[in-house]
Amino acid sequence: MKITLTGIDYVILIVYFAFVLGIGWALKKFMKSSSDFFLSGRAIPAWICGLAFISANLGAQEVIGMAASGAKYGIMTSHFYWIGAIPAMVFVGVFMMPFYYGSKARSVPEYLKLRFDEKTRAFNALTFAFMTVFSSGISMYALAKLFELLLGWNFHVSIAVSGVIVLVYIYLGGLTSAIYNEVLQFFLIVLGFLPLVLLGMKDVGGWQALMDKLSGVATSQGFAAGTWTHSWAHTGTAAANPMGVEWFGLAMGLGFVLSFGYWCTDFLVVQRAMAADSMSAARRTPLIAAVPKMLFPLLVILPGMIAIGLHASKGGFLPMGADGKPDFNMVIPAMLVKYFPPGMLGLGLTALMASFMSGMAGNVTAFNTVATYDIYQSYVKPGQTDSHYLRFGHVMTVVGILISVACAYAAAQFNNIMDMLQLVFGFVNAPLFATFLLGMFWKRSTGHGAFWGLIAGTLAAFLHWALTVPAGATHWIKGGCLGTVHTYPVEMAQNFWAAIFAWTICFAATIVISLVTARTKSDEELKGLVYSLTPKIVDHHEPWYKRPATLGIIILIAATALNLIFR
Amino acid sequence: MQLDIRYPIGLMFGSLGLIIAVYGALTNHLSLGININLWWGLVMLVFGGIMLLLARIGSAKQKADEKESQPTK
Repeated sequence: MKITLTGIDYVILIVYFAFVLGIGWALKKFMKSSSDFFLSGRAIPAWICGLAFISANLGAQEVIGMAASGAKYGIMTSHFYWIGAIPAMVFVGVFMMPFYYGSKARSVPEYLKLRFDEKTRAFNALTFAFMTVFSSGISMYALAKLFELLLGWNFHVSIAVSGVIVLVYIYLGGLTSAIYNEVLQFFLIVLGFLPLVLLGMKDVGGWQALMDKLSGVATSQGFAAGTWTHSWAHTGTAAANPMGVEWFGLAMGLGFVLSFGYWCTDFLVVQRAMAADSMSAARRTPLIAAVPKMLFPLLVILPGMIAIGLHASKGGFLPMGADGKPDFNMVIPAMLVKYFPPGMLGLGLTALMASFMSGMAGNVTAFNTVATYDIYQSYVKPGQTDSHYLRFGHVMTVVGILISVACAYAAAQFNNIMDMLQLVFGFVNAPLFATFLLGMFWKRSTGHGAFWGLIAGTLAAFLHWALTVPAGATHWIKGGCLGTVHTYPVEMAQNFWAAIFAWTICFAATIVISLVTARTKSDEELKGLVYSLTPKIVDHHEPWYKRPATLGIIILIAATALNLIFR
Repeated sequence: MQLDIRYPIGLMFGSLGLIIAVYGALTNHLSLGININLWWGLVMLVFGGIMLLLARIGSAKQKADEKESQPTK
């Protein structure tokens, strides 16, 4: 498939680039201290942090990957949102933000140092730094590959241009620039893809016609008629739905372990809330973000459902992949070509580019902060002046981009971006939430317990991967390199269960080791870091929309309603 | 706040909306019978305008607050 851009499309792209760089330029004069650069001086209003929180996560895997999943699995893909994100976002805002923000930690690893000890922080800082530039590299690779395929743009040029633009606006304006651009990108993505969905719905003939077409898609693949149009009804057994997962693995693996592991501990998103101008704003950040997150399935999953529906009824809507099946990663590009004339086409492609860049920028800002505060200041050169660390942060921004570029070139051999991100996730992030949960809510947990618990959990994830395979796996990357104890129907089920094992082992190991090791931090030292030792936040005097608990309950009710409506 | 983000958002969507709407009016490309450039360009123009309006109201309010708080300093 080829997309031909005309002059007007380039004009739109250039206008966007001008604003992105202009925002960085306009913020340059405010970047006076390392706190301005890495934490936005803790001065950003809640709604901006909230939109940045969601936009930083809106990377490559979201727009292209979720549309592909929408075509592959139908409404079941919404699990990545309504149970795979919303409950965790409410939890981090209501229960965890008081400790992240209140402790004055400058990063998630630094919280671990305050709460536990140096080695726990070091482990988290190093693995996180690695993972985050790795993700950034994958975003970059996906962008360059897609644009090469669609527009015939040179792969190396795309890498260079996207890398330089992200570098310039972060280098100039730090986290504030990344956050502001994420907000801009959020609106661009919504306004760029919404007309695509509206035109797609018109083409397919409305909601009921889409449901009918999807029944045909389901039965033609040997599933019950409702499998593409129900989220829970066919999760009794793994074989009954196209995702190949059952309700327990889904709820525990995705809904609890993976989701809480990501939204509650990943510095990439937590950093956006830490930049907020008050405790109340920090706590409301993930809650404000939850509202668009809840509606995103309309924007990113529905296109996939429309595309597969039209492909099944008319044929030829999607291009064929090398395996003789429709190429689901081409859902969004195919719709752009079909529905957008020159002009809107430029807007759609700009939105696509924005989604890649926001993901990349989020990773780079999280990386430079951790690399500066948690690695350089802690272990390499402590006790320097603030301007020294600010300069080092600038250097780390360049280094982060360079490593991303290297990863982009290395990331060539994997086809499903999301599955691979989840593999890395499973090893490092899945056990993490157990550590934070025990750290924040059980004052008896110790540094040794946390550290060895994390190691045990990460090892458990690795061993699980090494001893199981998804059905039909042909490559060592899929697992089973130490033998095959269990075969999963699909890779996703393997990922969910890896996360469940890792979390459980970490949780148990942390408790056991904590109980046999002595506490190294007194109650006084843990004040503000652990639930039972921190004064409760009183917000009765605030209006309801400023009270995190009230907002959280409303959001959970709405998410439950969505699950029930589309069950 | 250092720089009100609503200004760049308003300016960008206002100008993109204007460019696309004018282009749509001149070229009349139809997509499923709709001149999507014209209509969506107008939607973005309105969105940009609202953002700019909110930013103006916000900065007027901030100025008023600053004036009020000055004598008490």
